[in-house]
Amino acid sequence: MITPTHYMLLSAALFMIGVIGVMVRRNIIIIFMSIELILNAVNINLIAFSAELHNAVGQVFAIFVIAVAAAEAAVGLGIILAFYRNKETINIDEMNLMRW
Amino acid sequence: MGEAIAFYFIAACILGFAVLVVTTKDTVHSVLFLVLDFLFVAALYVLLSAQFLAVIQILVYAGGIVVLYLFVVMLVNLKRPAEAHSDPRRKTQWGFALSVAILVQLAIVATREYVRPAPALAAASAALPVTGNTEEVGWLLYTSYLIPFEIASMLLLVAMIGAIILAKREL
Repeated sequence: MITPTHYMLLSAALFMIGVIGVMVRRNIIIIFMSIELILNAVNINLIAFSAELHNAVGQVFAIFVIAVAAAEAAVGLGIILAFYRNKETINIDEMNLMRW
Repeated sequence: MGEAIAFYFIAACILGFAVLVVTTKDTVHSVLFLVLDFLFVAALYVLLSAQFLAVIQILVYAGGIVVLYLFVVMLVNLKRPAEAHSDPRRKTQWGFALSVAILVQLAIVATREYVRPAPALAAASAALPVTGNTEEVGWLLYTSYLIPFEIASMLLLVAMIGAIILAKREL
């Protein structure tokens, strides 16, 4: 029998993999993908509880999370491109100036 | 029984591909593993009988966002490896330790603190005048959650304009 606890543990593990990616990697594109993994972990939780409670509101909020994720990806990748054009790097350890 | 097998298979694939996304050296391979990960998350949504969300997941994530990532990976043409330079003050072990602490915390919350919700919550969607997953979500989205829905569309518009301005060569 699969209970919401199973889904919560899966979601926690996926969240942790995303957090490790954000903290350990230095390639900013991979850090953005880790953030997408974190948002997916949140969505799994929302939909697991939506199914458990027989209430579709959780799915509505998951749609909002997906909309925010799409906006974040578009703006973030625009920033990466603008940064790459100026400094020719995508390593976050070299992103240490506010302006140059 | 079948549900349990499906859940454990899908969960193993989600976590395995997520680890590959984070650990792979080649960024293009990482993006492709991300597509597989999103597809298995969509399968999990089908298992939870949220079919509309599964289709949205495939269209928006696996179809839209990942293409954006691939474009950026192709446009960023690096002359040296992306992670060649490392800040000597960077503490990678601390990152691991903090992440594991977060997992332990979340696991304790998930296994010990969860109580079954009151039945009043469960009755909430029984009042909806429609049946079927897509109809239910659409009904809620265009009645109770109409204003958040419009704000989300404004957010996407602003993000689109912002991304175009950021990616232009000169302002």
